[in-house]
Amino acid sequence: MTAAARADRLSVLRQFARNRRSLVGAVVVAVMVTAGALAPVLAPHSYSTQSLVNRLKPPSSAHWFGTDGFGRDVLSRVIWGSRVSLQIGLVATALALVVGTAVGSVAGYFGGATDTTIMRAADIFLSVPALFLILVVVALFGTSLTNTALVIALVTWAPVGRIVRSECLSLRNRDFVHAAAALGAGHARILGRHLLVNALPIVIVQASLLLGQTILIESGLSYLGLGAQPPLPSWGNMVVEGRQFLASAWWIATFPGLAIFVTVLGFNLFGDGLRDASDPTLRGRSP
Amino acid sequence: MEPGLRTYILKRVAFAVLMLVGVSIILFTIMRLAPGGPEAVLIGGEFSQDAAAQIRQRLGLDRPLALQYLGWAGAALRGDLGRSFKTGDPVSSLILDRLGPTVQLTFGALALALVVAVPLGVLAAVRRGTLWDTLGSAVALFGVSFPSFWLGIMLILLFSEVFHLLPPSGLSEYGREGDLVARVRHAILPTLTLGLIQMASFMRFTRSSLLEVLRQDYVRTARAKGLGGGRVVWRHALRNALIPVVTVVGLSLPTLVGGAVLTETVFAWPGIGRLAVGAVFERDYPVIMGVNLMVAAVVITANLVTDLAYCVIDPRISYR
Repeated sequence: MTAAARADRLSVLRQFARNRRSLVGAVVVAVMVTAGALAPVLAPHSYSTQSLVNRLKPPSSAHWFGTDGFGRDVLSRVIWGSRVSLQIGLVATALALVVGTAVGSVAGYFGGATDTTIMRAADIFLSVPALFLILVVVALFGTSLTNTALVIALVTWAPVGRIVRSECLSLRNRDFVHAAAALGAGHARILGRHLLVNALPIVIVQASLLLGQTILIESGLSYLGLGAQPPLPSWGNMVVEGRQFLASAWWIATFPGLAIFVTVLGFNLFGDGLRDASDPTLRGRSP
Repeated sequence: MEPGLRTYILKRVAFAVLMLVGVSIILFTIMRLAPGGPEAVLIGGEFSQDAAAQIRQRLGLDRPLALQYLGWAGAALRGDLGRSFKTGDPVSSLILDRLGPTVQLTFGALALALVVAVPLGVLAAVRRGTLWDTLGSAVALFGVSFPSFWLGIMLILLFSEVFHLLPPSGLSEYGREGDLVARVRHAILPTLTLGLIQMASFMRFTRSSLLEVLRQDYVRTARAKGLGGGRVVWRHALRNALIPVVTVVGLSLPTLVGGAVLTETVFAWPGIGRLAVGAVFERDYPVIMGVNLMVAAVVITANLVTDLAYCVIDPRISYR
């Protein structure tokens, strides 16, 4: 890395740190990831122990978020629930990024018929309402963690592909790419060493925004009863359980939903901040 | 019409048809690749291999996959989407029955989102860096971060359970289906839920698009010749700024229809979304195919119309 490039990267970091919103986002994300990772230590009670005496107790010093219809501690369940959401979010996002980046960069770099074919295929995926397609796949193939993550990736790779493609399209004709080609670099080398490295900031920003989106999709699936169903609680199906007690015990549906909202907000703030820091001209653009 | 434009339109229409075929093939394949079939759901409980085979034969599921698809596609072209495995009703009439509520819900939400988002976006752009701008970006950020089903439930909690102002679910009151007041009261919460989620992207887009236009030379010219700020924004800048917003509205349709699935479930709203959820759980293949195809057709048509509208609105685009 040249000194100039290093200074550039430092200034991105500095920009990022100066943006208060993005710092808030980073803190929120850190707290949620920590909660998920340290759930066994942090959760004050078991997420599954039932207690009929303690049914539907409102928030108190013993149970900060109250208890649910089976007398289980809502706070502990919210903490454990972060695992399912974050796991599926991370796996789905990683898959979507890998596929989207690979496909998008090939389309943008080679152009022509390759580009047209790939982008038309992406169009098909963009034109089926995501939730409908997910619904069909998950209901028919089952609701394991892997399946859910796979199908969420299936409907989220296309926008990533589009963004990476347009980035590669604009990078392709820059002088340094021509220079690399003139020096005898092959397609793979130009793509990997020159285009993708330069497209990386955009991909990272996408990753953060996509994490928020995939968590939202996962919670929606859980709400419909199609989420992953390990023994662990998930935020989405906690909200469903709380729905029936809405009139008598508002806390059961409220807190897990709040957890989804805060986590997604954190990822969005973080992504927005990263984008602003890495490219000031994009400030305020929609994702 | 100039020949370039005509070729472009023809090409786009042909491609839209092709896409629809692509979607139907993908859906058909996914459905038939899935383990288990409708016979388990139809019979319920234990059943013999013989009974299952009989049912598969009756439903035509024993034929080769390609033949099944061609048979389905041929009928679909004639407007026949088959009959529900479960109830035996024609799929097209099932869809038609549910179409009204979903159309009402999505268009209501779309209208609500635009009515709030465009002025807010304009305010945020014109008063850049002020409280309005901050408020606007907060709305936008919250909008993309809310799980819609939870937002709906919180609205029910507030307006139905705590204040008893609005009904929590359904299309109307039983026995008073024709009553307009009852229908409007029932529509408020679901429309609000779906609309709030959609508002965010429209607002962000109006803002950034208007900011871009306000930097243009002709806006400066308009200002220089002495036009007032309001007139410049509303008459000159906004007209051009709204062109990309039209595209975003068109492209937002998949999100809107997808969001309707969750909103309809939360509010027990008898629309297409709930039809789809029910059909998926019961493996009612014809209904799943029919609903998805209909939704895809609507979305593809909307994208096509948006694209074509863009050419008409913005004469700078060339049609090659």
